[in-house]
Amino acid sequence: MQKVYSKIESISGNVITVKAAGVRYKELAVVGSRYGSSLAEVIRLKGDEVALQVFNGGRGVSTGDEVRFMGEPMKVSFSPNLLGRIFDGSGRPRDGGPELADTMVEIGGPSVNPAKRIIPRNMVRTGIPMIDVFNSLVESQKLPIFSVSGEPYNELLARIALQAEVDIIILGGMGLKYDDYLFFKDTLEKGGVMSRTVFFVHTASDPVVESLLVPDIALAVAEKFAIQDKRVLVLLTDMTNFADAMKEISITMEQVPSNRGYPGDLYTQLASRYEKAVDFEGSGSITILGVTTMPGDDVTHPVPDNTGYITEGQFYLRNGRIEPFGSLSRLKQLVNGDTRDDHRAIMDGMIKLYAAYKESLEKKSMGFKMSGWDEKLLTYGQLFEQEMMDLSVNIPLEDALDKGWEILGGCFEPEETGLRSDLIEKYYSSKV
Amino acid sequence: MINKVIGVSGNMVSVEYTGEATMNEVCYIITGDKKLKSEVIRVKGNVADLQVFEMTSGISVGDTVEFSGDLLSVQLGPGLLGQVYDGLQNPLPELAEQCGFFLERGVYMAALDDEKEWEFNPTVEVGARLEAGEQIGFVKEGLFNHWIMVPFQLEGVLTIESIKEEGKYSLNDVLAEARDEKGNLHQLSMVFNWPVKRAIKTYAERLKPEETLITKLRIIDTFIPVAKGGTYCIPGPFGAGKTVLQQITSRYADADIIIIAACGERAGEVVETLKEFPELIDPKTGRSLMERTIIICNTSSMPVAAREASVYTAVTMAEYYRQMGLNVLLLADSTSRWAQAMREMSGRLEEIPGEEAFPAYLESLIAAFYERAGIVRLKSGDTGSVTIGGTVSPAGGNFEEPVTQATLKVVGAFHGLSQQRADARKYPAIHPLESWSKYEGIIDQQKTEYGRSVLFKGDEVGQMMKVVGEEGTSLDDYIIYLKSEFLDYVYIQQNSFDPVDAAVEPERQQHIYDIIIDILTARLDFDGKEEARSWFNRVRQNFLDYNGKKWNSDEFNDLEKTISELLDDKKIGVEADAESLWAGESRRG
Ligand SMILES: Nc1ncnc2c1ncn2[C@@H]1O[C@H](COP(=O)(O)OP(=O)(O)O)[C@@H](O)[C@H]1O
Ligand SMILES: [Mg+2]
Repeated sequence: MQKVYSKIESISGNVITVKAAGVRYKELAVVGSRYGSSLAEVIRLKGDEVALQVFNGGRGVSTGDEVRFMGEPMKVSFSPNLLGRIFDGSGRPRDGGPELADTMVEIGGPSVNPAKRIIPRNMVRTGIPMIDVFNSLVESQKLPIFSVSGEPYNELLARIALQAEVDIIILGGMGLKYDDYLFFKDTLEKGGVMSRTVFFVHTASDPVVESLLVPDIALAVAEKFAIQDKRVLVLLTDMTNFADAMKEISITMEQVPSNRGYPGDLYTQLASRYEKAVDFEGSGSITILGVTTMPGDDVTHPVPDNTGYITEGQFYLRNGRIEPFGSLSRLKQLVNGDTRDDHRAIMDGMIKLYAAYKESLEKKSMGFKMSGWDEKLLTYGQLFEQEMMDLSVNIPLEDALDKGWEILGGCFEPEETGLRSDLIEKYYSSKV
Repeated sequence: MINKVIGVSGNMVSVEYTGEATMNEVCYIITGDKKLKSEVIRVKGNVADLQVFEMTSGISVGDTVEFSGDLLSVQLGPGLLGQVYDGLQNPLPELAEQCGFFLERGVYMAALDDEKEWEFNPTVEVGARLEAGEQIGFVKEGLFNHWIMVPFQLEGVLTIESIKEEGKYSLNDVLAEARDEKGNLHQLSMVFNWPVKRAIKTYAERLKPEETLITKLRIIDTFIPVAKGGTYCIPGPFGAGKTVLQQITSRYADADIIIIAACGERAGEVVETLKEFPELIDPKTGRSLMERTIIICNTSSMPVAAREASVYTAVTMAEYYRQMGLNVLLLADSTSRWAQAMREMSGRLEEIPGEEAFPAYLESLIAAFYERAGIVRLKSGDTGSVTIGGTVSPAGGNFEEPVTQATLKVVGAFHGLSQQRADARKYPAIHPLESWSKYEGIIDQQKTEYGRSVLFKGDEVGQMMKVVGEEGTSLDDYIIYLKSEFLDYVYIQQNSFDPVDAAVEPERQQHIYDIIIDILTARLDFDGKEEARSWFNRVRQNFLDYNGKKWNSDEFNDLEKTISELLDDKKIGVEADAESLWAGESRRG
């Protein structure tokens, strides 16, 4: 049933067109060129003109190359044999192991019926107070790390992956630096979790468009594991590379860009991936931790901006610390109500005081005299940064809450904390 | 008639048709064993462009297309309440029963149960002369008398020629026959269809929205109120609290019916509502909240074209219940996703783009949508209302963008959320100075103006302190600053996770606002700033505790006494600018 065409009508960027009949929208094709073959996907039909995006890129494609239509959309093999394996961005082995072809499943499948979701309820403990206390991570959450290059976001991702109690880890790398790829591999191997991990890695040296497949492949596999009752953690790094690949295609297709060259459907495209995070009623779950590097450290850039509107919060990683402002776990209130009765109060109260500290700090930097209150805040702020924010701190939630009271007691009178009297009575002890 | 697909681009399909094509007509693209629902959005010569309400993968040039002849419509009748629908009125729980975890494309289900029997009570007799929208009887739907009405599309005066007696009937049973002026006989049942993109206008007149719609959020009811039949918008950057604000409103707002349009945002947020509402009891009625709620859920990963339709589906149902003399509140989260869906289609249609690639007609569509809110006097003399509150998700959190701007032009209240306030955990993070409302609230305007002026002056002092420092600020100014912080902390901010503080009845708002005004207007005697700060801390502490106590409980009264003693201790008079506030009113305590 495969149709073969040997005349390419146009080549522009990574998009080629051929004249063909009976081709289906989103169907997969193989473009064979002198430099090897590449997968391509139908992205527009117009009369008998078929436009395809070529995942290895348009470079070296010639008008005389052969285009073979496969009659079906992109699929990936799914079986337990995936575990421990490493694949490239389009699902071919990167580890020298055998190619897998059993139970091929479609990627980019339909979305979950909201009526089949359940309210997430399991906290993922990380030992990082800025997460556990202030922005608890929850099983089935979708949450990116907002950062800039040079920050240890991949280290943070790997650390959470090792600490989290999950059944399967799937790493989707997009434009991943080779060193970072090796880092993940080493870290997960050393952590002893490689045997329940699958890698789909597109590296910085691979053709850019190929990274477009990574989230869909990774998430299709995750979905299959999840409906087999597995708790799956998907790591996607770096989603900005994915968005940039989309931008490239849309510019080639002469779509009207909406914002800084990105296509108008950027939100929808990102959402259809992130929304795969789910807690299935009566079955497994998918948690997505991503990385979104912010070009120019600008959170209003279309990629972080659209991401923030989609994901269930974000962790700002700056100067090697998770910033309390801007960082958010939207699901925290689903789990922090029954951890300990002071959890929510400490969470809000300490941040309010930290905000006040920042104001005092600003006043100080402008050379103003510090009032007694300012002095208290300054001491508090420094303690907060050392004992709570520093990423080297690795303590359970309960210890972190105790630490919080210790800091408050060391800095403030009870009514200065802004916390309710019943909690003060129970936990506060003055050390001023 | 042979109609064939000639092009596919994203969720737009071009069709060469013979015969007739109507704008907004529903079509089905037949691909493999599936029929994919779509809507005509442009006709040019013999080519119709369709937006497809499903994923378009697998569609091929040459696939057949059926034109239904019907406009995109919803079914209106008893049984809508408590339902969870997608943007095209497919019931999601029933879909889940049939298809399992995933939304299979091409599966459409009846919106209403046509087997369920309802107890019909006729209210007119043979010979009655009625117009569209007038009642022929009612059935009991949960808490409400669900009117059975003459379908809205029938024209002129109709004469009832037969009507069924009181008894049990199902949805499609003929309940009455009515002859129109042209002599055509119409059979009326409990249900009829209405095209979603047309406003329902079968009422006597539109009235001015005047009555406050109580939300039980202090900052809203007191300072930036919403009116029954009015409109308001909530723009804010991501994470500022738009959705939580709407969730709170959907629980506590004093409307008969709440329609939630979850438009293009997270599925998880709707799940919270749809799992929790059936368990939550509405204290006013003693029934579950779900009984007064309809959820229209077309979240971000569901098809974009259906997202565009979903807000219309929602507002049509709102208008329908308004026609029964009920007050309906429609909460749409987020209208920006609806606007983006239009942008995506406009791009596919290769229309000339406006600002940020939104279509040039964006403003008029937004205006027309909010125009469907309103309070009306029905032909029966009853009044009913549709209030619309929409969130806006501006790109980059910048309100100077097309959707926010177009919305601000047409709404009656603006609840702008602030990132700074959210960062500082000052919830609800509505900016008290930048937000506004044209409607009347529950507290005497002079008093709210006074509160606002304290906030304004306090903010000025705060700004100034950043320049001249605390030591360069006079004690009087510093006290104003502390007063404004106090008002913010104990009144404007509200703890939605506290069982008592989450929803504050109007009497309580009025009562505690008077205490606050007492404090704000008092001339206070302090030796210095340290003393002032620590006094305010103490009052704040007590007030926070007070906010958490049940209305009129002993603890509540005790704390009120403590607060008033604290005040008496330091109060040496009333600020000069406040004397007029108390004029004509007998002074409390
Ligand atoms: N009124 C509130 N009280 C407490 N927390 C809130 C409140 N509003 C928002 N939040 C916090 O902020 C998060 C984001 O709020 P959300 O309404 O989802 O933002 P948006 O819809 O504007 O993106 C919530 O998950 C919650 O943690
Ligand atoms: Mg939201």
